[in-house]
Amino acid sequence: MSAETHSGHVAHDDHGMAHGEITLSGYLTGFFLSVVLTAVPFYLVMSGVLGDKQVTALVVMAFAAVQIVVHMIYFLHMNTTSEGGWTMMALIFTVVMVVIAMTGSLWVMHHLNINMMPTHEMGRMQ
Amino acid sequence: MSINVNPAQASTAQPIFYVLDEHDHAEGGSTMLGFWIYLMSDCLIFAILFATYGVLGSNYAAGPAPKDLFDLPLVAVNTSMLLLSSITYGFAMLSMERSRIAATQVWLAITGLFGLAFVGIELSEFRHMIHEGATPQRSAFLSSFFTLVGTHGLHVSFGLVWLTTLMVQVWRFGLIEANKRRLMCLSMFWHFLDVVWIGVFTFVYLLGMLR
Repeated sequence: MSAETHSGHVAHDDHGMAHGEITLSGYLTGFFLSVVLTAVPFYLVMSGVLGDKQVTALVVMAFAAVQIVVHMIYFLHMNTTSEGGWTMMALIFTVVMVVIAMTGSLWVMHHLNINMMPTHEMGRMQ
Repeated sequence: MSINVNPAQASTAQPIFYVLDEHDHAEGGSTMLGFWIYLMSDCLIFAILFATYGVLGSNYAAGPAPKDLFDLPLVAVNTSMLLLSSITYGFAMLSMERSRIAATQVWLAITGLFGLAFVGIELSEFRHMIHEGATPQRSAFLSSFFTLVGTHGLHVSFGLVWLTTLMVQVWRFGLIEANKRRLMCLSMFWHFLDVVWIGVFTFVYLLGMLR
């Protein structure tokens, strides 16, 4: 090892509890965004103003996705730098796992349902 | 572990030692990351329950469907209870930052009341459903519904136990470093449950009513 490689570990991250800034305005912003993002989907479903159920379902899911991000940022104080980026890493890993588990299950079970032999045909074969 | 000797100085100066081991962490320094990873594992539990509900949610076995059972205005009230408890917990955290014990305790108590209202409304909803014969045994839809929503309700209930415990801790020992750390963990837990509830009211209740 040469003299140039000395700086092996100088600046260690402060592993303190610094989990983003906690501010009143942050909480209030998150709260008001959440109220809007909750009230609109409920209104859409209860009044049925969009008419088409498929469209309503997509809009409602989009609102949920946005609200989850709002909660992550304003209430859970997620950012890319807290704990040296490891909370973000754990979150990304979990999201990948969740997506695989959810889409995989729904996909596989949906095809099982489609390929299941209808009961009346089974009766005819006997 | 290695010992390096700077060749340039080796003959003239003392040898220089470099310790490559991890240095000691302050007590509780890794708690927040550890608790976050616990929450992520909890997230996987809910993902499995959501997937189960997604697969079984339309198997009514000629029994009651979401339209016959769900009362959206009540769910909206329940959602607002949980959302309000989230913001009041935020106020408790702000008071904690400023070391105001009394204010922290008051906001924690208000949070607890909202949480209690949430669990109470959910239990009365369950009671009403079971009274109508929509028990978990009735159909695959109801089994997965009670498992998913019940697991969330159980989490909130245990959060309430934790909240009460911490209020006693703060009352007895004040806002010491350990109590602040515990309150921050509960804060993450509480907000996380609100995030899961977004999924529940969207996928179970709202999309259920659209079917």
